[in-house]
Amino acid sequence: MTELLLEGRDLKKHYPVTKGLLQRTIGWVRAIDGISFTIEQGKTLSLVGESGAGKTTVAKAVLLLERLTSGHILFEGNDVYNFSKSDLKTRYRPSVQSVQQNPWSSMNPRMRVRDIIAEPLVVNTTKTKQETRQRVLELLDQVGLAPNQADYYPHEFSGGQRQRIAVARALALNPRLVVLDEPVSALDVSIRAQIMNLLKDLQEQYNLSYLVIAHNLATVRFMSHSVAIMYLGQIVEYGDAEDVFTQPLHPYTRALMSASLLTLPEDEDQSISPIILSGEMPSPLNPPPGCRFHTRCAEAMEICSKEEPELRTVGNHQVRCHVHEDPGVHPESS
Amino acid sequence: MSEVVLRVEDLRTSFFTRVGEFKAVDGVSFYVKEGETFGLVGESACGKSVTALSLLRLLPEPAGKIVGGKITLDGIDLMTLDKKEMREIRGKKISMILQDPMTSLNPVYTVGDQIGEAVRLHQQLHDNMVEDEVISALRLLRIPAPEQRVHDYPFQMSGGMRQRVVGSIAMSCRPRLLIADEPTTALDATIQAQYIALFKDIQKQTGVAIIFITHDFGVVANICHRVAVMYAGSIVETAPTSIIFKAPIHPYTSALIHSVPHLDRRDDRLYSIEGQPPSLLNLPPGCRFAPRCPEVMDICHKEQPPTVEISDGHSVSCWRVK
Repeated sequence: MTELLLEGRDLKKHYPVTKGLLQRTIGWVRAIDGISFTIEQGKTLSLVGESGAGKTTVAKAVLLLERLTSGHILFEGNDVYNFSKSDLKTRYRPSVQSVQQNPWSSMNPRMRVRDIIAEPLVVNTTKTKQETRQRVLELLDQVGLAPNQADYYPHEFSGGQRQRIAVARALALNPRLVVLDEPVSALDVSIRAQIMNLLKDLQEQYNLSYLVIAHNLATVRFMSHSVAIMYLGQIVEYGDAEDVFTQPLHPYTRALMSASLLTLPEDEDQSISPIILSGEMPSPLNPPPGCRFHTRCAEAMEICSKEEPELRTVGNHQVRCHVHEDPGVHPESS
Repeated sequence: MSEVVLRVEDLRTSFFTRVGEFKAVDGVSFYVKEGETFGLVGESACGKSVTALSLLRLLPEPAGKIVGGKITLDGIDLMTLDKKEMREIRGKKISMILQDPMTSLNPVYTVGDQIGEAVRLHQQLHDNMVEDEVISALRLLRIPAPEQRVHDYPFQMSGGMRQRVVGSIAMSCRPRLLIADEPTTALDATIQAQYIALFKDIQKQTGVAIIFITHDFGVVANICHRVAVMYAGSIVETAPTSIIFKAPIHPYTSALIHSVPHLDRRDDRLYSIEGQPPSLLNLPPGCRFAPRCPEVMDICHKEQPPTVEISDGHSVSCWRVK
């Protein structure tokens, strides 16, 4: 039914750490270390994690803004790295667009909205001026802005409206996939809801796929069909959004959910006590041996500090944890 | 039970600019008790931070001015104090934590020096006693190995640790009131949970009253005892936290709460408030929320609604409640 649009296979990106005059490499930052995922047409995959987890590196890799150390990105079954330059320009880049986090820095303040939205059209298509004009007005209408606002400059808009302009620009070339890097986190609460509803409507209307990068779990639950929870450059839990949210398996996922769950003062007196992790995420320069989460995990066993767990399927989703290794010793989750 | 630490009555703060008067805070009243956390919630530019700066009388001069109202801390009227007396209050009786620990710490001094500054200024201690005091402040915020960390520079610490250092500075003189302006916004989710748990603990130990400014309802639910929701410079609803979440009365409060997606269930569509907050330069004559309000009536456009106390500790400014 749904077709596979984009697939990431074992993506790795290691940045060298250099020192001294000769720029000697003294180590590697493993920003992402073996990430695999699939995005279906018309569906949303969300990457969730804290800063330093490698979410944005994945987004950059998908947008081809960052050359991977190893791994393959398959677009409709073809390896993007084998695309010729002209194929990239005509087939891949117009189909994969992005909306950035901060609408204050993602637009040239000296361009009119009309030109901002038209830019992808001018660069990538051979439309006449008249056609471009027409398309810009169509796009403004789709994102809920008035046609006369085309002649305004970005500073004349509020944050929510600017994010609408960013969405209009991303949609200009009728993309198949839109990478949304924290699309609402810079916006106010009441404006967030407007933008999230808009994104959902547009997805339905145009059968768009989204790759959402976010740290707010509630936002992710609202937007996504599938979710990948990332920790220190790896996916620790991956699956259908509803499965992951209703039955989180990995201790990190559970801690993250507990941290974002709305607990009222009176709930606390009852048995629902929040899970508070000790410590912080270790440096990706020197990830701990074994499971990368074991230094903060309350359920850590002896094996966790020695052997790295594999991502394996438990129930309906995948989890990277020794506790869930053997279905026989499956503990009561949540 | 516990006494009121701070009482604010009808506070009005304006910014006078070339284009006119911005009424950033317009008639805000609230109080905070000992050992209590009071939340100030609202969207950007609703006047939360200006309220905090007004309490400390740290408004950017000469544009910003407190044009009316009364602020009393432990019975002392802060409005009558001169500059020198006010300096005695800041950092000692009232301290503040800002949003971004990277910009509130000085990168060229060690954290020990920076905590020591407040200690030295307010407690007149001998130099050899300052370090002990600094270490105990770090220990209060549960910074591991405080004896070594004292000599670290801010860049040697992670974001969470830096924010703890900012907390140590704020708590070093055992203030009566702590104003925390979005202290967790720059932190990651799990670190944020740590920080909030830490502050609940510190409050139990020291009985400090906290004003917690945030736009995040999740944080509000976790830490605040009572909450005031602000909109365009005034408080629209004040209530105990659970009432705000379970039975909000003001249409703005309930719209805000309903527009936040849930983590424990899947929403198909979010409730959204159309439009944007009004410009503070040109406020509507009646209720400020009237242009966006789904339950608006005729009177809302004409007159400002009075604040009505509908039950113990729950007051609302809305013409629907009368």
